[in-house]
Amino acid sequence: MSGKPYRLSKGGSRIDRSQPISFSFDGKTLSGLAGDTLATAVMASGQKLFGRSFKYHRPRGVVGLGAEEMNALVGVGAGARHEPNLRATQVELYSGLTSISQNRWPSLSFDVGAFNSLFSRFFPGGFYYKTFMWPQAFWKHVYEPFIRRAAGLGKAADERDPDAYEHMHIHADVVVVGGGIAGLTATEAAAVSGARVLLIDENPVLGGIADITAGKAGDSSVADLAKEIAARVAKLPNVHVLTRTTAAGHYHHNYMLAFERVADHDPALLAAGAPRHRLWRIRAGHVILATGALERPIAFANNDRPGIMLAAAARAMVERYGVAPGTSGVVFTNNDDAYLTAFVLKKAGVAVRVVDSRARPEGDLPKLAMADRIEVDAGSVISVVEGSSGVTAVKIAAYRRGQGRVITEKKVACDFVAMSGGFNPVLHLWCHNGGKIRFDDALASFRPHTHGDAITAAGGANGTMSVAETLTEAAAAGEAAAKSVNGKVKASKIKLPKVEEPKRGALETLWFAPATGKYNQGNKHFIDFQNDVTAADLELAQREGYESVEHTKRYTTFGMATDQGKTSNINGLGVLSEATGKPIPEIGITTFRPPYTPYSFGSIAGALTKDLFLPVRRTPIFQWHVDRGAVFEPVGQWRRAYTYPEPGEDKHRSINREILCVRNKVGLLDASTLGKIEIKGPDAAEFLDRMYTNTFSTLKVGKCRYGLMMNELGFLTDDGVTVRLDEDHFLMHTTSGGADRIAAWLEEWLQTEWTQYKVFVTPVTEQWAQFAIAGPRAREVLAKLEPDFHFSNEAFPHMSFKTGKLGGYPVRIFRISFSGEQSYEVATPANLGRGLWDAIMEAGKEFGIAPYGTEALHVLRAEKGYIVIGDETDGTTTPYDVGLDGLVSKKKADFIGKRSLEQAYLKGPNRKQLVGLLTEDPNEVLPDGAYAVRTVKDKPPMEMIGQVTSTYMSPTLNRSIAMALIENGRARMGEVISFPLEGGKVVKAKITGAVFYDKDGGRIHA
Amino acid sequence: MLVVTCPVCGAKGDETDFHYGGQAHIRRPATHDPVNISDEEQRDYLFIRNNPKGLHFERWRCDRGCGKWFHAARDTQSLEFKAFYGIIELPPEELQKEAKGPWADYFKKRAKAKA
Repeated sequence: MSGKPYRLSKGGSRIDRSQPISFSFDGKTLSGLAGDTLATAVMASGQKLFGRSFKYHRPRGVVGLGAEEMNALVGVGAGARHEPNLRATQVELYSGLTSISQNRWPSLSFDVGAFNSLFSRFFPGGFYYKTFMWPQAFWKHVYEPFIRRAAGLGKAADERDPDAYEHMHIHADVVVVGGGIAGLTATEAAAVSGARVLLIDENPVLGGIADITAGKAGDSSVADLAKEIAARVAKLPNVHVLTRTTAAGHYHHNYMLAFERVADHDPALLAAGAPRHRLWRIRAGHVILATGALERPIAFANNDRPGIMLAAAARAMVERYGVAPGTSGVVFTNNDDAYLTAFVLKKAGVAVRVVDSRARPEGDLPKLAMADRIEVDAGSVISVVEGSSGVTAVKIAAYRRGQGRVITEKKVACDFVAMSGGFNPVLHLWCHNGGKIRFDDALASFRPHTHGDAITAAGGANGTMSVAETLTEAAAAGEAAAKSVNGKVKASKIKLPKVEEPKRGALETLWFAPATGKYNQGNKHFIDFQNDVTAADLELAQREGYESVEHTKRYTTFGMATDQGKTSNINGLGVLSEATGKPIPEIGITTFRPPYTPYSFGSIAGALTKDLFLPVRRTPIFQWHVDRGAVFEPVGQWRRAYTYPEPGEDKHRSINREILCVRNKVGLLDASTLGKIEIKGPDAAEFLDRMYTNTFSTLKVGKCRYGLMMNELGFLTDDGVTVRLDEDHFLMHTTSGGADRIAAWLEEWLQTEWTQYKVFVTPVTEQWAQFAIAGPRAREVLAKLEPDFHFSNEAFPHMSFKTGKLGGYPVRIFRISFSGEQSYEVATPANLGRGLWDAIMEAGKEFGIAPYGTEALHVLRAEKGYIVIGDETDGTTTPYDVGLDGLVSKKKADFIGKRSLEQAYLKGPNRKQLVGLLTEDPNEVLPDGAYAVRTVKDKPPMEMIGQVTSTYMSPTLNRSIAMALIENGRARMGEVISFPLEGGKVVKAKITGAVFYDKDGGRIHA
Repeated sequence: MLVVTCPVCGAKGDETDFHYGGQAHIRRPATHDPVNISDEEQRDYLFIRNNPKGLHFERWRCDRGCGKWFHAARDTQSLEFKAFYGIIELPPEELQKEAKGPWADYFKKRAKAKA
């Protein structure tokens, strides 16, 4: 059994030896016990190796206890339920669990990438930036595939996620993060003081590390104390406890996100319909961080070998799961805490000795160790670890603080190492929203300082390591939090037990344990295990001039990715401090970013998937379009009929047929999506004069006018026809996509600038079904429906409006046209829309009526040179640019955008202007967005002089047409310009006017 | 995620229930004198904004509530809202006094114009 971890014959507070559980790891069926984590179950089966490192593909095993684990990242679950990059230390075992190791190819024990290790001299800090620079052509085919293959980590499932997820929204007076003795005490104190408390803990059981903490509280152990408080807290009606829940981020005004793994540990819950994960969106009155402290590794040569763990993790493995990391271990420490691990190991029958960097360890625990006959090498460090896929021996060297090289050393056989370099308060949540921190020399770490929010830290998170002080501090924090939220506190206070705990000796900083030979000669002292960053990499970055710690972070990748510096941060700063001779506070600290640990995409989406992802808006005629076999296109949230192919027709042919039907007979378009806003009030006309570039106060009742809208910068934002229904009542049409935006725009000006205007703005888009009946026979269709209605040119000319009945339906009829044909737009209340539509189709049968879709609509308007906002304009286009100077009032004193439009740069030469284009080859359709260039060259760059904005094959003209914005376009009529396309092809086109069909406009008035 | 309170309808919610509308109290020159607006004046109106570290005044709209625009005074450093007030109102006197830099100048000018 030597060299392998194993299950002890007794012990293990969390496991149930009567319940064996079968699971698989890398295809091998293994057996664990109920209560195991994946990490302990695999280790109990004798396996140390869990994965390969990111850059060098070095073999790696479990290092940590929970969230800080950086090596043992695994993929769990099969098929669609596979989830990559989970920490094996946090995965609870269940029957039938399948898991795989990551970042190895082809297999865990034989890995081709480990080859990188042999060439590690060529992978120094910043190697990405140094190596993959040139030649450029190598990127696509050599470098990128290589990096993608090599830099694996896990693979996401490629099937649709079958599980449900949900969001919960909650307000709490006090949120306590962390359920160790500090968090439990703070929770109880705040709750008995009357606050509603939400307690969040990432582990399945409350108690934190109480069970591996020394000392007595009253008559109980610290572990029992935690259990007692947890039991009391569970009974309090004003406390809500969330376990298996990670507080992932802290944001402005005490907003928090917490990620609950509801059913990951038990497939039966999923089967019963529970959501897999739940994202809690929390607003807290006060936040108490009791997130504890994480042990930090020590940088010694080959400190990443499988079998080298954090001391507390090794201790917990024995105490909680009855698993020994090996048969013979060395505890390497610079502080007293790790001695507890030596006691636990010895008690479990595992051979153990201690290496302590301090010359004279003086606390109670080292004294106890010596009394207990545990061999202690004081004033010593581990100078190197031997063994490649595990630990076979360590060399122990004599050491004095600050010493840089090895003088004498001895070799000791062992099969694991438990290391402790001190503890770092978990500051992530404190720092997410700008909390300040300060360096504490005694801790050799940062601790919370000031914060703008109502937030306090207690216990290990605050750098308080003693149990007694933690309890006092946490109780005070809980009471103060309740008071700050509720203003007053109930008199009741919790009673704290008397604590006895060992007296601790001081920690000695140890950022780097010297190794034999010249510095870094073949040795790797890992600082950031997950990103394979060594002490040498950090020093190199320093020598190369990356003085700022933020630059060093990005250059070497230290403290990045999922680890977010949990274990690496302070050690890295320590190395930089020694390299530069500056104290750590002057080096600074890199930013902690949310999330603390990753949470799933499913939880972010919650229930908002599939049909709930985005609301779809349907017109009253939608079902008719579906039945007719329409092809749909999204227009904002609307689904509009794009075209209606007949059996055997492709889209291209059906679009052409629809266009010719409008030009030669009559077509029917569902235009219900068109934005409709009613504007009413005594100041409505004046208000519209402010909003539009042209004048509406002069519009007569019953008439329509096309209007242009700009923003204050003088650029076009919307257009449409507005109708004067009455003296004080207008109906504005906007683009389909602009309806909500324009209504909000009008409201904004009314509320914020012209507050004296008496005007109501009411969006009515969905209240009306609206259709265009267009084509030379449109009038006949309408006359058939309503013989008494006067549709003649004289009674109902172009750009006028009438109300009445059509086929019995109440209607508003506008004689307006976006096709260039004789055209009537008919609006009826939405719930009558389908009836009117059917009536028009029926009446139009004998005249050859057919529905036409949005693509035909676009071709029809392009043939007429009508602009579409967003096609012919791009947010920097003025009315002058599109040739609509005539619609910009010269008389009105003021309207939105007027003053900007007078700026020289919007009037000046070389603006891009709207023109038509006729390709030399009439069958060649220019691609949308194609660039015109001044001079065609062999390869880019070429100077661009404009771009195609709309381009179609026109069935009416039987040739291609296009519109474009071209520099000085209107002065270049007749000029032939060139459009170089991909593959070296050049299309030539002649500049013309933008109106291609019926230039004198006679058909509209027909 | 800021907590915003609408002074018009009283709705209190996350900032995503509201719409941020940029700096408050910007005077639109054309509304007052559409003829004599220098290029510089128009530039300032369109593009020049205060960027204080500390007390700032801004516009918000109660997007998912009453739909009304209103003003807010907010400390850009602590992110604390100091006041919510109506869209045609000036901030409370004490905040006008507390304001610094360009904001202090602005409120002084307004007070002078009123007097």
